Amino acid sequence: MSFEYVVERGKIREFAAAMQTANPAYDGEDAVAPPTFLASVALWTPEGTRPDAGFDRKRLLHGEQEYVFHGPLPRAGDHLQVEFRIGRRYEKEGRRGGTMRFAVLVTEFRDAEGNLVAEQRSTVVETAQAPKEDA
Amino acid sequence: MTVAVGDSPKAATFGPLTREMFVRYAGASGDFNPIHYDDGFARSAGFPSVFSQGMHQAALLAGFAADWLGADRVRRFAVRFREQVWPDDVLTCTGKVVSVEAGSQGTIATVELLCTRQTGGVAIAGSAEFLVDE
Repeated sequence: MSFEYVVERGKIREFAAAMQTANPAYDGEDAVAPPTFLASVALWTPEGTRPDAGFDRKRLLHGEQEYVFHGPLPRAGDHLQVEFRIGRRYEKEGRRGGTMRFAVLVTEFRDAEGNLVAEQRSTVVETAQAPKEDA
Repeated sequence: MTVAVGDSPKAATFGPLTREMFVRYAGASGDFNPIHYDDGFARSAGFPSVFSQGMHQAALLAGFAADWLGADRVRRFAVRFREQVWPDDVLTCTGKVVSVEAGSQGTIATVELLCTRQTGGVAIAGSAEFLVDE
């Protein structure tokens, strides 16, 4: 299932303010989306459409985040179609024993012609033990 | 712009960080986990206070890199979350070009990025790719 996500000029301005940057590229009618702006897709995501890695929520950490742009960046006024998928899953031995499980949640952004414009990849981790100092 | 391996911009500092900054990022991104703005909630979860969203720091580091090499030239940006970041922390962002190579979209500069706390601890470590002139 896919849903529409509109890249909005006002939202870019708000995001740039939170980034503490005055870069003029984030202003104006054709404002460019900042590198991590697509995180705001959370505001457009219909309830229950985001896939779940099936990990224990008490042991869940956000380990890594990646954005890939396959061409020119999204700009204000762009209408993108969004789809989620679960990417790679893998396991590692925990430093204090036990097994850490990893899953990559991929968010795909496509233009009206169906071309893949950008991807957001969030790596979630199920720790071997309850997290202490980890972010 | 033309860049070479080893190029490094002037470091940027952010902070002392305030709860208002965390709330601004929450509103901008739509991530309203109360652990980032409600001290009572954070303490009941076992933390001394609220702490910054990892994605908030990622946004600061991404902005630093984009201000350096061009907001419309970013082709990849990735971070690993390491240490937690607290109110009153001061973050320093640094970067360095580690390679300049031909890619499918043109010449790509790969940069390594760090966002470090005033303690010297690394909050997030990142890397990015930018389209550059040959």
